[in-house]
Amino acid sequence: MSDVLLSIEGLSKEFPGVRALDGVDFELLAGEVHAIFGENGAGKSTLISIIAGAQPQGSGTIRMHGEELRFSSVADARRHGISAVFQEFSLAPHLTVEENLCLGEERLHQRFGLLQLSAMSRHASALLQRLNFDIDPHRVVATLSRAEQQMVEIAKALRAKLSVLILDEPTASLTERESEQLFATVRSLKQQGVGIIYITHRIQEIKRLADRVTVLRDGKHIGVVDAATTTEAKLIEMMAGRAVEKIYPSIAANPGRSILELSQMRGGVGIDVDHFVAREGEVVGVAGLVGCGKSELLRMVFGIEPMKSGVVKLDGQIIKKPTPRRMLDAGVFYLPPDRREEGLMLSASTADNISLNALTQQPIHFRSGFLSLSAERTVTRDIGRRVDIHPSNMPRATALLSGGNQQKVLFGRGLTRSIKLYIFDEPTVGVDVGTRSAIYYLIKELCEKGAAVILISSDLPEILHLSHRAYVMRSGRIAAEIDRSCLTEAAVLQHFF
Amino acid sequence: MSSIVPENNPSSAHKSSARDWIMKIFLHWGVMPFLLVIAVITFSLMSSRFLTTDNLINLFRQSVYLVLVSLGQMLALISGGFDLSVGTIVAVSSVVSALTMGALALSFPDAIWLVITLGCLAGLGAAMLIGIVNGAGVAVFGVSPFIMTLGMQSIGFGIALFLTAGVPVSNLPDTLGDVFGFGVLLGVPVPILMMLLILALMFVLLNYSAWGRHLYAVGSNPKAALLSGIRVKPVLISAYVLCALIAGVSGLLLTARTASGDANLGGSMALESIAACVIGGVSLRGGIGRLENVVLGAIFIGLVQNGMNLAQIGSYLQIVVLGVLLIIAVVFDRIRQKRLYRL
Repeated sequence: MSDVLLSIEGLSKEFPGVRALDGVDFELLAGEVHAIFGENGAGKSTLISIIAGAQPQGSGTIRMHGEELRFSSVADARRHGISAVFQEFSLAPHLTVEENLCLGEERLHQRFGLLQLSAMSRHASALLQRLNFDIDPHRVVATLSRAEQQMVEIAKALRAKLSVLILDEPTASLTERESEQLFATVRSLKQQGVGIIYITHRIQEIKRLADRVTVLRDGKHIGVVDAATTTEAKLIEMMAGRAVEKIYPSIAANPGRSILELSQMRGGVGIDVDHFVAREGEVVGVAGLVGCGKSELLRMVFGIEPMKSGVVKLDGQIIKKPTPRRMLDAGVFYLPPDRREEGLMLSASTADNISLNALTQQPIHFRSGFLSLSAERTVTRDIGRRVDIHPSNMPRATALLSGGNQQKVLFGRGLTRSIKLYIFDEPTVGVDVGTRSAIYYLIKELCEKGAAVILISSDLPEILHLSHRAYVMRSGRIAAEIDRSCLTEAAVLQHFF
Repeated sequence: MSSIVPENNPSSAHKSSARDWIMKIFLHWGVMPFLLVIAVITFSLMSSRFLTTDNLINLFRQSVYLVLVSLGQMLALISGGFDLSVGTIVAVSSVVSALTMGALALSFPDAIWLVITLGCLAGLGAAMLIGIVNGAGVAVFGVSPFIMTLGMQSIGFGIALFLTAGVPVSNLPDTLGDVFGFGVLLGVPVPILMMLLILALMFVLLNYSAWGRHLYAVGSNPKAALLSGIRVKPVLISAYVLCALIAGVSGLLLTARTASGDANLGGSMALESIAACVIGGVSLRGGIGRLENVVLGAIFIGLVQNGMNLAQIGSYLQIVVLGVLLIIAVVFDRIRQKRLYRL
């Protein structure tokens, strides 16, 4: 039996008005990958930020190698060999990879106190080499892809002698291939006896990677189970507290006339698509690696990515120069993949966020040119009910909502106007299973009411379960169009590379 | 509200509920109510004339000009930028209108209202031109608002000095000053009436028009606004144009009051208007700001200046106090934002 690296007993933590953690136990062995599983708001983030020293602990004890500890800061936890890679990267974007890897632990010349640049450079390169990360240490971090930035972040966590590594949703923004690379890294660390705390929403990853799973719900410890022998259904049930029969609803296919027809689309980052169709009453999946142009193609359609040439035909009408305003007026809604960056007004209320694209429309817009605030209240309240946002959240700033609720707000924005074509770009990034399923049922409702739905996703099961037809894209081109009957993981993946 | 939890020491219970109360006011209104109370108490102790009706009416009348410029400034701030050229706009509209009136008065000595109207239009036109250039620079060419309006501030000031050779333009029609400077209608000074009119218009525009909401959206998250079908550039440009127009009106009213077109008018307006907005809780990062609070913020600054005058504090020290107030307001705003977002 391996030795217990970290053991936590009865950990509680309170924030004003919320009990984020309530008597949570946790144990990590050396050389173990221990997943923490739970919905958004279950207390996962609080738990790991306490372990990483980013937040002071409430009551309870944390022992490392049997010795009771209390971390006063991230640096303190790091001295004890605990390092975390959070979703928000802690890299300085304008510095190089090498400078970032030595940040805070610069080598100084003994006598003059100046930087020892060559030693630092050697140290950084050696670190990347040891991890087998193929990144040029002289590149500026801002020019790296998100996956590469994550690799730098991991390398930074591993620069000192490490016994516990915490990974918070590490694959959220990675492609399949990049994820594989990450998994390989995790396995090799495991062999070196590092204990890994792994937070993820993806059950597949738990199955593949983890040894044990601790499930949290509402800040409480629900149980520890063996990852290999516990079924998916059991895990979801533990997490949600109710049997989720099906995350993925079956959506009736009822394809009618084509709503969106694209031909000879050229532009942006090497997009070259000859033909693309979406019909009413069907869900069209668009799959492919990050950077294959699947998002860019439809962003071109919505008028937010430069289009060199091509014909965008919407419901039989050719749209000459797409702009978001024209497309919305023509009945197209685009849900951006990054809700904080492109979706929400974080300081504004939930209601204001929902009504944002309907302010020039009836009934919120009077004929006299002014807004009817009461009509706005009615509209947003009804939509809030449809997407299941609690009424008390309506006047609150969206910055204060959970990720799942924020995503629901964005979906709500798509319900304010009459829409023929929904383009959902990564609609379930960083949301819990409960919200994820709610979103899928909403897609079902929209599609079965006759809207055309385009689902762009890097989450393969999502594409496989929901689409009636899928396009697979590879370096800007459509590599394959696959019908429902042939839509399997293998069939899609073979066109990825 | 009575406390449910029994307390051993009633005075400590009272104390803590008072603290909660203060915290509530702070989180809701920001630091302004406290500054206001402190200022009123301090000045009424320092001068017996401070809390008299005459002085308070005087204070409101004097605050009109800053209130208007602060309203314009608020638009630029809500859009996610700011306008350092508001002072220059005041000066340019003053100089241009004065020069136009002076020249026209020679040709049409009998049609005095025509002269005044054309002069005001010329002044507002000049202000609008600066606003368009500011807006185009920020929205179309992507120049940072800081640099764009700093540059325009220099350009406008230079032009105003050039046009007047540095000497204030006098010989304005007396009617101008009689009506717009010192006139009283229905017992209320005309400048205050003008301000109330513009306030009402702005209130409707910000709260009950799509344009107002779009302005908040652009300041809050321009990408989200774009994806929601909002034409971001026109909204941004119109914010700077409207800001310039309101500052221009302030310039005209000041011209009427001082009976001269002066390139040195509005020299401290940029700082004062930003201070008024920040004290009034407008976010420097865009998307947040209430008209009512900005009006109070501007009146507060007027009040501090008025009080310091009565208390015979020299004008040099007043400038120091203004800077201190601005920084205090920002510091407390940071604390407030932190508290708000943690709760």
